[in-house]
Amino acid sequence: MIPGAFDYHRPRDIGDVLALLAEHGDDARVIAGGHSLVPMMKLRVAEVPHLIDLQDVESLRGIGIENGCVTIGAMVTQHELVNDAMLFEVAPILREAALQIADPQVRYMGTIGGNVANGDPGNDMPGVLQCLDAQLVLRGPDGEREVAARDFYEAAFTTMRHDSEILTEIRFGIPKGGSAYEKQKRKIGDYATAAAAVVLAREGNLCSAASIAMTNLSDTPVWSATAAEALVGSMVDDAAISKSVDCMLNDIDPVEDNRGSIAFKRHVAGIILGRAIKRAWNGAEGRQT
Amino acid sequence: MNEIIQDKEIRAANLKGLGCSRRRVEDARFTQGKGNYIDDIKLPGMLYGDFVRSPFAHARVKSINTDAAMALDGVVAVLTAKDLEPLSLHWMPTLAGDKQMVLADGKVLFQGQEVAFVVANDRYVAADAVELIEVEYEELPVIVDPFEAMKSDVVLREDIADQKEGAHGARKHHNHIFFWEAGDETATDQAIEASDIVAEETVYYHRTHPCPLETCGSIASMDKVNGKLTLWGTFQAPHVVRTVASLLSGIEEHNIRVISPDIGGGFGNKVGVYPGYVCSIVASIVTGKPVKWVEDRMENLMSTAFARDYWMKGRISATREGKITGLHCHVTANHGAFDSCADPTKYPAGFMSVCTGSYDIPVAYLGVDGVYTNRAPGGVAYRCSFRVTEAVYFIERMIEVLAIELNMDSAELRRINFIRKEQFPYRSALGWEYDSGDYHTAWDRALKTVGYEDLRREQAERLESFRLGKTRSLMGIGLSFFTEIVGAGPVKNCDILGMGMFDSCEIRVHPTGSAIARLGTINQGQGHATTFAQIMASETGIPADSITIEEGDTDTAPYGLGTYGSRSTPVAGAAMAMAGRKIRAKAQMIAAYLLEVHDDDVDFDIDRFVVKGAPERFKTMKEIAFAAYNQAIPGLEPGLEAVSYYDPPNMTYPFGAYVCVMDIDVDTGVADIRRFFALDDCGTRINPMIIEGQVHGGLTEALAVAMGQELAYDDMGNVKTGTLMDFFLPTAWETPNYETDHTVTPSPHHPIGAKGVGESPHVGGVPCLSNAVQDAFRPFGLRHADMPHDHWRIWKMASELELHG
Repeated sequence: MIPGAFDYHRPRDIGDVLALLAEHGDDARVIAGGHSLVPMMKLRVAEVPHLIDLQDVESLRGIGIENGCVTIGAMVTQHELVNDAMLFEVAPILREAALQIADPQVRYMGTIGGNVANGDPGNDMPGVLQCLDAQLVLRGPDGEREVAARDFYEAAFTTMRHDSEILTEIRFGIPKGGSAYEKQKRKIGDYATAAAAVVLAREGNLCSAASIAMTNLSDTPVWSATAAEALVGSMVDDAAISKSVDCMLNDIDPVEDNRGSIAFKRHVAGIILGRAIKRAWNGAEGRQT
Repeated sequence: MNEIIQDKEIRAANLKGLGCSRRRVEDARFTQGKGNYIDDIKLPGMLYGDFVRSPFAHARVKSINTDAAMALDGVVAVLTAKDLEPLSLHWMPTLAGDKQMVLADGKVLFQGQEVAFVVANDRYVAADAVELIEVEYEELPVIVDPFEAMKSDVVLREDIADQKEGAHGARKHHNHIFFWEAGDETATDQAIEASDIVAEETVYYHRTHPCPLETCGSIASMDKVNGKLTLWGTFQAPHVVRTVASLLSGIEEHNIRVISPDIGGGFGNKVGVYPGYVCSIVASIVTGKPVKWVEDRMENLMSTAFARDYWMKGRISATREGKITGLHCHVTANHGAFDSCADPTKYPAGFMSVCTGSYDIPVAYLGVDGVYTNRAPGGVAYRCSFRVTEAVYFIERMIEVLAIELNMDSAELRRINFIRKEQFPYRSALGWEYDSGDYHTAWDRALKTVGYEDLRREQAERLESFRLGKTRSLMGIGLSFFTEIVGAGPVKNCDILGMGMFDSCEIRVHPTGSAIARLGTINQGQGHATTFAQIMASETGIPADSITIEEGDTDTAPYGLGTYGSRSTPVAGAAMAMAGRKIRAKAQMIAAYLLEVHDDDVDFDIDRFVVKGAPERFKTMKEIAFAAYNQAIPGLEPGLEAVSYYDPPNMTYPFGAYVCVMDIDVDTGVADIRRFFALDDCGTRINPMIIEGQVHGGLTEALAVAMGQELAYDDMGNVKTGTLMDFFLPTAWETPNYETDHTVTPSPHHPIGAKGVGESPHVGGVPCLSNAVQDAFRPFGLRHADMPHDHWRIWKMASELELHG
């Protein structure tokens, strides 16, 4: 658990970050909270001759809520997500999910940007952001572009982000209705055995809109359009939930690991999605559109 | 009169002796980050060692190329087996009478085995150099299963392939280590066959690891001028390490000083001798500089001593009324690549023969086969006395299985089979003499406190609701009653590498009435500096706050066998009491002289000697201590010192009654521990607060082991749980609230009646938690399911019982 040698850079603005990335190419990696990258370096799985620390890049910080739109800087920590009262008001699912990430010490350092950009299927925020239909803002030598969170993930640790780009910001519209993030894990600090992010809008007794994403049940987060469609127009009764779960199960592709077998994970995924839907639906009652 | 009583109470309170919840004197430094652990120690010119380890579980080492590593700036040396061979240090003896490779000698036998040792002037350079060493391996067939090992043609230990005899008798097969037995098998078989009811079950106690927060490490410093070797390290038995180091290196024992600094938890993991220790010594001798080796977490989990890995096949029989008539147990023990179990020499299966538990079983038999496989060596007592957790888990599962067979409540089955109070001292069918106990009182009190009958009613209602589809949650009630066997042990039958398992204490009282006491044990978190001073305070009348306790430096402390197996209080605590009594005896003579009366005419009174019938005439211990140094007393040597080496006449047998209540989500396998009640009887209680802390800690490690903690291997011998992501260490979040209680049944043979407590909660906690999980599924036909009960395995239990519809 001793990393190889590396040069440490601590630029103050994005321009300098991009310049360093351009200069060192494959030899450089940016580091945010470091909870994924540092262990990889200590295990010598990741060799990073040039480590670019983003801690001093002020423009990557801050949470903004304007005109029905939420923007979150990539360097916003999980701790800040948990404690931002305005964010909780408009998108409580982020606090709920952030509280399921590790422990307070990790959350002081861990950032939403790192969680999202790393492409680790175990991370919680990618699924949550897919559920919220967030846009990920990438900055590179050719300027800025947006990629939908639902399109961002190609495979484990492989995303649409080019090596020359960094994730700067996350944007999404204020979700309507109720939400829930259900996560089963073995202990504090663990990745999900299965987790479900659900947002449901309700008009009267019927579901008017839905979004469902699952965590750590495939090599990418799984946004299940069919699982959501199964609920829209329904009263979110047992039959609709059961149909939604069936649709979700068609979209996930878990593998066996120390958390359990494929059959177990599929079973748990169904159970926790059902629970998340029920909780989001109850929440939606108080947040009717 | 009231004034006198008040005065006595104040003086007694000032002593902070036995029974006082004195605050831990260690905590000031630990809570401020001022502890001094092995990795805190930095010596001038110190070098750093790091290992090249085998990625394979079984392979021939064809070649090792160290050229690139040696060329790296800052690398001082690279050691391989070839370099150690001329010193005969490429192999080392184990505590179990086997030998173990220090560095791979021709082949590797487990994943993570030490292959080469790099020494560099910087920790980072050492790690870089490890990457540069090229080892060519030829993979060999891997055997991780002990039953397969006993059938396989593959010879794991080629070095002893032709040896028909091992350290513990005949070997049955080239992968067999020993066969050990206790009891009368014929009589046991006859008793079981003649019985109304027989229950059989194979209980696997999975492999896990003590995983102390601080990993293992050492610093060796060879002073070539004066010929002295100083060795700092994470040693639970520093004096034994000195003896072993002397025997191995040929350096005379007086020229070796072993120091255990603060130790961040041991739990059995730091009893043995590891290749890292040997390599740091050799490297220091070769380079003439201090050499530090500290392993990381993965190295600790993969290569240092594991615990359990016992396949226990049991048969238990009873009358229709539930009176147990016989117990038969055969164990297949997976010891890994080398037999480096840490047990007293004559007990290759530890005290597994205490497996008749707390029950009056007329006849019993135990046979144990030790087997080599391609897993890491070890087999230590992880927060328990030697193999006692295995024994207690076995019998407490067999009781449950028998209760199922009898269609009987297992609380009642236990009650009718407990050894009765009047039977103590009780000789068990497998030869142990239980010193004291009152099991029925403890059991009844535990069941009453938790409201056992009500819990069973609630459980029945929940079951009904479950069957009606109104809930998906089941309730489990876990019971366990355990008897530990600790305080090893009597020199006549307990030794480690020939060293009798006595322990020792040396007291020096200073002229102004304060004192220092040194013992042969070593604290790793138990609070010795707090509790030993309390024993001494009560024995000598010197306040605990005026007593310094020192351990762990072999140049200053008297020889002792160290701290493990809950032996510190039963053995060293007894030595402390006996040394204290010698101090008191001399103090009495000094007091009598000063008071101008006969020795027998003074009585000890808390902190002073008082003339009989004249309470106003007394000498305090403070006055007596001063007199011991400042005046000539006819017939007495000056000074006030004492030494005691205590050879315990017997083990001590703490016991306890535990109850756990769980709610189990059948669909997710999540078990929520609603209640955990632990009643412990550890005899005389020295510091109730420390006892409670010990109980909480032991229960939390029980929670870990029962509910998820394991060292899992795949078929290729890869460790699947080599990091704390997968190796379960509970945090405060996963840990339930514990309720504790106690009864007090003193040990009749211990000077102060104390029995030891550090390991009881682990020993009792594991079966209690496991029984709770399994109890929830008993109505659906579950007989037995192996630990650990993580979400997946609980779900699997439910699935196999067709509870998922």
